[in-house]
Amino acid sequence: MTRRQRRMMAVGALVVGAGTAVALALVAFQSNLIYFYSPSEVLAGELPPQARIRLGGIVEEGSVQRSGSDTTVTFRLADCEQAIPVRYSGILPDLFREGQGIVAIGTYDVQSGFSAEEVLAKHDENYMPPELEESLKDKAGTSCMPVANT
Amino acid sequence: MIPELGHFALCLAAGLALMQCVAPISGVVLRRERWQAMAWPLAVGQVVFTIIAYGALTWSFIHVDFSVRYVATNAHSELPMFYRISAVWGGHEGSLLLWVLMLGAWTLLVAGLNRSLPRDIGASVLGVMGAVSCAFLLFTLLTSNPFERLIPAPPEGQDLNPLLQDPGLIIHPPMLYMGYVGFSVAFAFAVAALISGRLDAAWARWTRPWTTLAWSFLTVGILLGSWWAYNELGWGGWWFWDPVENASFMPWLIGTALIHSLAVTEKRGMFKAWTVLLAISAFALSLLGTFLVRSGVLVSVHAFATDPSRGVFVLMIFGFFVGGALLLFALRAARFQVRQQLTLFSREGLLLLNNVFLSVAALAVLLGTLYPLFVDAMGLGKLSVGPPYFDAVFAPLTMPLVLLVGFASAVMWKRGDWSRLRRQSLIPIAVAIVVAVLMALFGVRGLGVSAAILLAVWCMAGALAEPLRITLRRSRVKMGRAQWGMTLAHIGLGVFVLGVALVNHGSIERDVRLVPGATTEFAGYAFKFVGVARDEGPNYDADVGTVEVSRDGKAVATLNPEKRYYRMGGNPMTEAAIDISPLRDIYVSLGEPVQGGAWILRLYVKPLIRWIWSGALLMALGGALAATDRRYRLQSRAARTVTAEAESVHA
Repeated sequence: MTRRQRRMMAVGALVVGAGTAVALALVAFQSNLIYFYSPSEVLAGELPPQARIRLGGIVEEGSVQRSGSDTTVTFRLADCEQAIPVRYSGILPDLFREGQGIVAIGTYDVQSGFSAEEVLAKHDENYMPPELEESLKDKAGTSCMPVANT
Repeated sequence: MIPELGHFALCLAAGLALMQCVAPISGVVLRRERWQAMAWPLAVGQVVFTIIAYGALTWSFIHVDFSVRYVATNAHSELPMFYRISAVWGGHEGSLLLWVLMLGAWTLLVAGLNRSLPRDIGASVLGVMGAVSCAFLLFTLLTSNPFERLIPAPPEGQDLNPLLQDPGLIIHPPMLYMGYVGFSVAFAFAVAALISGRLDAAWARWTRPWTTLAWSFLTVGILLGSWWAYNELGWGGWWFWDPVENASFMPWLIGTALIHSLAVTEKRGMFKAWTVLLAISAFALSLLGTFLVRSGVLVSVHAFATDPSRGVFVLMIFGFFVGGALLLFALRAARFQVRQQLTLFSREGLLLLNNVFLSVAALAVLLGTLYPLFVDAMGLGKLSVGPPYFDAVFAPLTMPLVLLVGFASAVMWKRGDWSRLRRQSLIPIAVAIVVAVLMALFGVRGLGVSAAILLAVWCMAGALAEPLRITLRRSRVKMGRAQWGMTLAHIGLGVFVLGVALVNHGSIERDVRLVPGATTEFAGYAFKFVGVARDEGPNYDADVGTVEVSRDGKAVATLNPEKRYYRMGGNPMTEAAIDISPLRDIYVSLGEPVQGGAWILRLYVKPLIRWIWSGALLMALGGALAATDRRYRLQSRAARTVTAEAESVHA
């Protein structure tokens, strides 16, 4: 092999390698994008089937129920218009409370509601994820969020 | 009175910083020696006034002066002294001031230790650092003045965020900032090289210790953040691919690449333009990290709830420095081109691969962090990128890196020697295979985990091989601190990878519901839940649980996880209880009470998790050791005598 051929081989290997890497990365990237939805959007049937999503809303007052036998908890997550039942098993974050804005990650099913794998509540009482704040405005653009009690 | 003095000192510091930038740089461009020489006194003056301002804010905190708005929102009269001092950087305004103070510390170090530099280079470096100081001082003064008064003063403050009342978090931000800000030194050196058009081995030798030191601080900062999240957030994880974590990790990756490419620039005079580009990128990513955290555009644990004007200001700073430096780079980089043959099978060839992998890894993290922001800005929807993406991309990128590390000392500069490589890597390979097989026999099995063990042990054994050989042969060659530092850091990487592999492979977690007196069996341990009692802390009340852990009837530990309720803030805080040992952690955190007097508890058993932080600590120590190598000090002493002689000749 001449030096030139060897160099071409090296360049070719580099291109193939980099191409594979980029392709793999993009596949991983595509399959791990998690979109944010509000309860109304979910109930309007905007979800692709089986999609893993982030669902954001306010925990409805009086809706939190702990199971009597295991670690399951159910509650309703609401935006300005609608609410969705959510099921989760395990410890809820410290800032999880009724009337508090939270984000749940999981999947939605028409029969059983939303089953959450993860529940996120932010660590600052005054802090609201921007996407959640956005989705908690009604059509007139005014916020329907309960005022934080300070 | 004191806060006004602080405010005034801050204004003076900003003015001096502006002069510290303008005088020396115009001096370099116009070749005025006197203007260049002004860099040193101006830098010292700027830092002194910054220190005064910082001291004034600390004074206001110690005396809990609630007529200062920032103190009123971040302190409480019952706050212990320890936390009063650290509360200075507990919020946005004060942490910016800390940023500027750290920059001042670096400026003083550079001004004091780099007198041996040719005057124009030294002056440009201080000038660029002055520009950075000036930008951030203006940012503080114009958008986030910590000395703003609150009249009438409230009778009581709102207290420091309970999450920040933890020793780990007291030192996390200063360390992280030392790292972020430290990259401004490398950036300043890069810009100085671009201005002067000179970039040689001496330049690389001056830049190396600073970069390595900044990198070490950043490593410690990230490690503390991870350790704190593990202790404090109650989720039992050590890394979440949270956007703000990524924001600190990207400059770390690029900084690591920079350290290695600087070695090539020094030893072989290659990769010059690339090194300069990396130095610019490392600082750019530090600024980007600051922007992401400050602007509130991110959905994150760390996001300060701030107004957008601050984000715009940081973005302007970012545009000015990065845009300016890249423009300069475009105009001047062609000068640094070298025509030299590069063989892949040589140390510089392997370091090139190292740089490729590290840069691609940083780009992958950048993509995952910025894409959601981009999509949002375009109005295309709200989305986030899940941790599985990062895991999937990261493993294939880091595995080859760890493999490369094992070759570090066995492949020579210019051209590697196959027979030498074969001779030297035989034992490390054998050790790696034996360990991986033994671990598999003891039940640690699986393609991924075995491969990771193999690579980690190969990396450690390969790093140890050279010092062992030198010691055993009683060779005349002595290893310098730089080499020991490298050895230590590479062993640290191996320890880290081993920790990550075993934590990912062997962690077991379970959420259980227990009534007092009940026992649950889990991962070979028995957990007996004794009950929960009420306790009182200095500024909080707590529910303290008691869990007795035993194995085969023998007591292992008694753990007391807490749920704290701070009297000022309504939000409870989970304090996990952890039984620590080198080989495994047992982690219990208290959930909430449920019907029938039962509680929900989260139990974890995590093998080797301490190795993750130990490995990172070894890397940082290695970096610090390497930065203090005699070579760098000797050089400055030698240069100083030369300058002194030259001056006496002129006189």
